[in-house]
Amino acid sequence: MTQAGVSLEVRGIRKSWGPVEVLKDVSFGIEPGGFLTLLGPSGCGKSTLLRLISGLDEAGAGQILIGGRDVSGVSAADRNLGMVFQNYALFPHMTVAENIAYGLRIRRVSKAAKQKALARVAELMALGDLLDRKPAQLSGGQQQRVALARVLVSERPLVLMDEPLSNLDAKLRVEIRSEIRALNKKLGITVVYVTHDQSEALSMSDSVVLMNAGRVVQHGTPMELYRTPATVFAASFIGTPPTNLLDAADVRPPGDGAAGLPADLAGCIFGVRPEALHLVVPGAAGRADFTASGRVAAVEYEGSVFLIHVETPSGARLVLSHSGAEVPQEGDTITLGWDRPATHLFSKETGTAIPVSA
Amino acid sequence: MNKRLPIGLAFVLLVLPCSLLVAFTHYPALRALANSFWNNGSSRRPSKFVGWDNYRAMMEDDRLAQVLANSAIYALGTVPLAIGLAIGMALLVNSKLPATGLMRLSFFMPTMLPMVAVANIWLFFYAPGIGLASQILSVFGLPPINFLGSTDTSLASMMVVAVWKEAGLFMIFYLAALQAVPANLKDAARLEGAGHVRVFFDVVLPLLRPTTIFVAVNALINAFRLVDHIIVMTRGGPNNSSALLLYYIYEVTFAHRDFAYGATLTVLMVVILGAMAAVQFWILDRKAHYQ
Repeated sequence: MTQAGVSLEVRGIRKSWGPVEVLKDVSFGIEPGGFLTLLGPSGCGKSTLLRLISGLDEAGAGQILIGGRDVSGVSAADRNLGMVFQNYALFPHMTVAENIAYGLRIRRVSKAAKQKALARVAELMALGDLLDRKPAQLSGGQQQRVALARVLVSERPLVLMDEPLSNLDAKLRVEIRSEIRALNKKLGITVVYVTHDQSEALSMSDSVVLMNAGRVVQHGTPMELYRTPATVFAASFIGTPPTNLLDAADVRPPGDGAAGLPADLAGCIFGVRPEALHLVVPGAAGRADFTASGRVAAVEYEGSVFLIHVETPSGARLVLSHSGAEVPQEGDTITLGWDRPATHLFSKETGTAIPVSA
Repeated sequence: MNKRLPIGLAFVLLVLPCSLLVAFTHYPALRALANSFWNNGSSRRPSKFVGWDNYRAMMEDDRLAQVLANSAIYALGTVPLAIGLAIGMALLVNSKLPATGLMRLSFFMPTMLPMVAVANIWLFFYAPGIGLASQILSVFGLPPINFLGSTDTSLASMMVVAVWKEAGLFMIFYLAALQAVPANLKDAARLEGAGHVRVFFDVVLPLLRPTTIFVAVNALINAFRLVDHIIVMTRGGPNNSSALLLYYIYEVTFAHRDFAYGATLTVLMVVILGAMAAVQFWILDRKAHYQ
């Protein structure tokens, strides 16, 4: 029961709404059967991009290739793709079965084939008992399943999803997240998924396109985005809590000198993840390549860790994810240390990453 | 928190609105009901109780039969026409065409005019020979029609005036409803391959149903309630061909000064409107909403 996916390629897409340019030369590609996430803050153009791929709106410039075929000028209906909308877009006056089979009805699929297709997705999405209900009689999670079923019933090779989980509560979100991922693997369909939730993007995707202000900031696997952020924006957007950004003035470089570091350290921003920081206790064993000191401003208990907010003398704030036994108290002055591999350096001027040699 | 009103003050506050309601609504209604069981009195002959006599006369009134038939034709004709036109106009002004603001204004204009003014405008339209309608007919080389003076066309002419006056108001309701239809439902249908017509009939029209029920009920009640244009334009004629129930009541009561029979007809009208209101609420309760 695999429906082979198709490849998708986006080349130099531009789009303006009136005088506002919302997409500025966006390009990326995805292999058949892949799971690609468009990630970015609200207003970065990711939903607009999805609508351009779907054919509901037309791009100002650039090409979209689905399965190697340029689809500019091809109507949304003829692009052979399905779409899941943010608030599901179920037809409120139709039953679940009618909603799912709506596309088949329009394409005049025979009754027997329709019944078969309906039974298949109803089983796949565990909707058997709900087929005669109206959408208003379903819970949010069930509505989401119906929306997925409506897309899957037509066996489209490419499925677009526009923040499909944003209306669900946290527990359901994690559940359906893995369900969507499993469907992608099991059916082999290509999925383009839009979200502003970086943890969703990291956990589900084969590759992530991080966008900001209409441009692609970084395109890579979730691990690449997390480990080697390309810009200050990528570092601060990905990870909870986000990467700490420190001025060079707050950082004490290693005792063995600044070997391997750029000469102009003052023109750099240091990035280090909260989980890479550790407490440096004076006099105790253990070492750190870099250190910074500050006053504890707040302590948050998160269950598995404490989040310790520290204010440096220059006024910058950083967060330490601390799992040790000794917890510093508010007002204490502490020293934080981290190692060279955990250090990200960014140019103050351009915001782009500067390689750190070990 | 809300303080409890002293019972005395509450009573005082209620007296004024209650007395207005009683004086101008409840008392006249009950009085009409009572009057319908009495005959007309005069200074020499006081009116006396006649039981069901007025109702018996009503059953045998041929003119009433024609008036009721006219009213039924009028209602069944104007309501669907006004609704269809209102939906069409709402779709037009909700589209991305230029000058939709001007269209909205001009479609809504007839609603703002008093019915008497509307009737005067249409008197000119319908005037045989010199009126706009006759001139348009002559452009196409057709013979002039005496719209208001012929038994074949007078009722239809009245219906056109009513539709023209009402459709603009209903358009406003449909426009609001159209703007509340979620765009992503239409997008979802389009992605499944539905064309514009399909999207309208499969998605938009079903979502307009609550509005349609509301508008239909109001249009139906207006069809019985609004007769100003008939008084101005045809006086029910010729030969009763454009007389509606409320106009007939007006004529019987104030032209013929037959107050007893007028009261009887009023009771009939209240019963008809009450029945329609009951159906309205029954339908609204059961069918009008999805969420």
